[in-house]
Amino acid sequence: MTDLSHIRNFSIVAHIDHGKSTLADRLIQHCGGLEAREMREQVLDSMDIERERGITIKAQTVRLTYKANDGQTYTLNLMDTPGHVDFAYEVSRSLAACEGSLLVVDASQGVEAQTLANVYQAMDAGHEIVPVLNKIDLPAAEPERIKRQIEDVIGLDASDAVEISAKTGLNIDKVLEALVARLPAPKGDAEAPLKALLVDSWYDAYLGVMILVRVRDGVLKSGMKIRMMNSNAMHTVERVGFFTPKAVLTGVLSPGEIGFITAGIKAVADTNVGDTITEERRPAAEPLPGFKPSVPVVFCGLFPVDANDYEHLRDSIAKLRLNDASFAAEAETSAALGFGFRVGCLGLLHLEIIQERLEREFNLDLITTAPSVVYHVYLNNGEMMQLHNPVDMPDPVKVERIEEPWIKATILVPDEYLGTILALCTERRGIQVDLTYAGNRAMLVYKLPLNEVVFDFYDRLKSVSRGYASFDYQIDHYEEGDLVVMNILVNHEPVDALGTIVHRSQADYRGRALVARLKDLIPPQLFQIAIQAALGGRVIARETVRAMRKDVLAKCYGGDISRKRKLLDKQKEGKKRMRQFGKVEIPQSAFLAALKMHDD
Amino acid sequence: MTQTKAVAPTAPASAPGFAIYVHWPFCLSKCPYCDFNSHVRDRVEQDRWRAALLTELDHYAAQTPGRTVTSIFFGGGTPSLMEPATVGAVIDRIGQRWSLDPAIEISLEANPTSVEAHKFQGFRGAGVNRVSLGIQALDDAALKFLGRQHSAGEALGAIELAARHFDRYSFDLIYARPGQTLKSWQAELDQALGLAADHLSVYQLTIEQGTQFATLHARGDFILPDDELAGELYELTQAHLSAAGMPSYEISNHARPGQASRHNLTYWRYGDYVGVGPGAHGRLTQDGRKWATRQAKAPETWLARVEADGHGTQETERVDPAARAEEMVMMGLRLAEGIPRRRFRDELGLEPEDLIDPVALGHLTEGGFVTLDADRLAATDAGRQRLNAVLAALLK
Ligand SMILES: Nc1nc2c(ncn2[C@@H]2O[C@H](COP(=O)(O)OP(=O)(O)OP(=O)(O)O)[C@@H](O)[C@H]2O)c(=O)[nH]1
Ligand SMILES: C[S@@+](CC[C@H](N)C(=O)[O-])C[C@H]1O[C@@H](n2cnc3c(N)ncnc32)[C@H](O)[C@@H]1O
Ligand code: SF4
Ligand SMILES: [Mg+2]
Repeated sequence: MTDLSHIRNFSIVAHIDHGKSTLADRLIQHCGGLEAREMREQVLDSMDIERERGITIKAQTVRLTYKANDGQTYTLNLMDTPGHVDFAYEVSRSLAACEGSLLVVDASQGVEAQTLANVYQAMDAGHEIVPVLNKIDLPAAEPERIKRQIEDVIGLDASDAVEISAKTGLNIDKVLEALVARLPAPKGDAEAPLKALLVDSWYDAYLGVMILVRVRDGVLKSGMKIRMMNSNAMHTVERVGFFTPKAVLTGVLSPGEIGFITAGIKAVADTNVGDTITEERRPAAEPLPGFKPSVPVVFCGLFPVDANDYEHLRDSIAKLRLNDASFAAEAETSAALGFGFRVGCLGLLHLEIIQERLEREFNLDLITTAPSVVYHVYLNNGEMMQLHNPVDMPDPVKVERIEEPWIKATILVPDEYLGTILALCTERRGIQVDLTYAGNRAMLVYKLPLNEVVFDFYDRLKSVSRGYASFDYQIDHYEEGDLVVMNILVNHEPVDALGTIVHRSQADYRGRALVARLKDLIPPQLFQIAIQAALGGRVIARETVRAMRKDVLAKCYGGDISRKRKLLDKQKEGKKRMRQFGKVEIPQSAFLAALKMHDD
Repeated sequence: MTQTKAVAPTAPASAPGFAIYVHWPFCLSKCPYCDFNSHVRDRVEQDRWRAALLTELDHYAAQTPGRTVTSIFFGGGTPSLMEPATVGAVIDRIGQRWSLDPAIEISLEANPTSVEAHKFQGFRGAGVNRVSLGIQALDDAALKFLGRQHSAGEALGAIELAARHFDRYSFDLIYARPGQTLKSWQAELDQALGLAADHLSVYQLTIEQGTQFATLHARGDFILPDDELAGELYELTQAHLSAAGMPSYEISNHARPGQASRHNLTYWRYGDYVGVGPGAHGRLTQDGRKWATRQAKAPETWLARVEADGHGTQETERVDPAARAEEMVMMGLRLAEGIPRRRFRDELGLEPEDLIDPVALGHLTEGGFVTLDADRLAATDAGRQRLNAVLAALLK
């Protein structure tokens, strides 16, 4: 057990790609957590999908032992967090487990949208903040200018910001000294009844369900009978330990410490993040405040390509929920796609990650339908329904009004792109709230309908600013809108999975774009195919896929029938990824088209 | 032909028949579009090859007792490079081991170089009664593009010699070549009609994986007609040859009534056939089960195996009932005549309705791609032109 005064708990927060995980590497290395041969870049990004995309998706916790210049040895609990806005829930939970934050800012890029979002979160959590200017090794680094920017834009004293290169390891020792000197030690009472915060949970193939906890008061030991104060679930603690990042068993966690436990837990319902763990025999009087539940804002359908995979999909979703508490799933049936699930996520990237993880980690082939936000549909009878799925839209005569979610978006962008960004925001029904400058960067605050953001706003923003604009948002409010269901008809039959809800003013643009895209994606078939976008009975866009002219093997193969049969079997295999609609088959890529309008 | 056994009664004209395919795997040079089992060798020991072919025939004869052979086909490679004596020995051995249909068709694929054309008389004497010439094109530039050894003049000479020695001859053309237009192709077809007897094979140029053309095409060295033009060329071929009295009885094969190649009909009607020689395929029914046979592909491997084991069979695989149905429909719908219901009963013990998804069939018949009546299942002209898509819909 470490003396409280010799513990420091901190999160590393930053905008995406500013170097959090790389800094974590250097800190681990400096403190000897891993040997050189065990080290690799962004070692904490352990999922394949994180390594391939070069981003952190899940927060990771590591305990380091550091001998400071004062001669004392400190225990440091480091939490590396993701930068992307879709994973902000990971950040907020990590913050709740620490007393301080390292704010990493890229010394050439400066303050970006998620820098602001994350540092404000850290301030709200009452954190002491140590600013760090990273990538000092780059020729484009301008530490003095960026320090001023931090002071101007964030209002944080940056005079003693540590200038580092996480890449070369420059000044890593200074970061460690600053942590020890400037961050407060945790508080807690080892004698009091156990109170530990359930920060995270995940499924480990060897150890089963693992729980990450931060002990506030009391001592958590293996063999102890514990109770989750909100879910009321009871378990006996099996393993207790921490990560270096390798799992080390200690059998005990004391106040101020962060570590993991296993307790033979099987059900997702038993591991609600934010719950308080106490001792069954001597419970705490009050639970900890916990977390605001994460509220999914983007929904889409996930359907197995092979209908026989439905059960497997159901089990896989349950397993994945253990690893990611921030998505929701409920069963859904589609006329076009059969049995599947409606999945709610925190954003489009999150959605993509969920789909990809299900496909890779559980060996599934999935079709995704167009994402939708949650509408509030007020009926004439006074009821309000939360609409997650366009197909559930009640008969328009029963609807009094529809409200849609709006966001408050913060966009940081270099001057020269300001004009095009303003035009984009207006085009997407945005309302300007604020426009300020820090040097040659503009900081824009806009209210925007989430519907537009989910559609293609983010891609457009990136492309019109050549990647220089950064963007962050929070859900703001609900507001009435002139919203209509836009159906896609294939040979005059609506395809439920392609239906979307759009603002009337955007319907023409979206209808035309989607129909044109589908035309390119649906291969010519035996029959001509009419693709239409329609509002109610009114067609607003139409394209035709011409019937195929010829499709036959001309050459003679003598008696080699097997080869012909193999070609046919291959063709049939390819058809598995198609869905039959009457006489027509639609490839899975067409559903994706409804999702991604501007990935070119 | 020296001696034949007592002959069985001639089968009805629509019966699938029982065929023997003999593969000769050697060519003078490898054509850039060709992915057949053909190889260039400086020297071929005809005696050894002859003996090996005869040995393998004996092997298969023992497995197919009591059958009556309705056709023999020498294919390649370039079987016109065989010595007539080798061809004769093979035909004789078949006559000794099986009974022969009196109307037996014995075809040989011949390349139109002058050397080979001058062997036609010898082939005739050996028992061949039909030749199929690899003409491919009727102008020198196209022949050069296709990498052929012969000139347009030699092609004409070979056709003339074939006509002199054989009552029945056919030749192959390859179309949808780079730069071909509807007009130029129609002119070429007219010329071909003037040279043809009763049968023509007209193949759309296909780029096959692993061929020289595959590389050149991928590199953009030449551009093929697009799908639209290829479709028009196909339609033109169908209409033009039909009007001239040679409608297509199979997707790429045209004949005057009654002059279809019996041998190829056996494949398409899903009859039994023995395949001997390197890489040859066979389909044999024994005790109600269907077997697919495949001989070792590499010439030297095949030869060594036959000499050691008495046969070069690489694989004998059971064709399960589902695959059997698929194969029969896949082959049969290539024919204008389609597939008689009787064949479904005899081959599979089923009616076509038992195999085919009624909804898909409904769509296909409404669309004018397929017909099913009291007599038979058939693809229409439009259906045959899009047979891959029709089959994929029909055989889900
Ligand atoms: N030149 C230079 N590059 C750096 C430095 N630190 C990080 N990088 C590079 O910046 C990129 C992003 O680094 P990460 O550590 O993955 O950034 P992150 O903040 O963890 O990113 P997310 O977790 O996705 O938000 C990588 O290509 C790093 O190699 C540095 O000090 N100098
Ligand atoms: C077994 S092959 C070769 C016969 C003979 N060796 C010759 O070349 O004349 C039979 C016919 O298939 C056709 N053929 C071969 N390869 C082809 C291809 N890639 N595309 C279209 N037709 C092809 C040619 O017309 C050829 O005559
Ligand atoms: S001659 Fe015939 S078999 Fe030989 S390579 Fe040319 S096309 Fe192929
Ligand atoms: Mg990271």
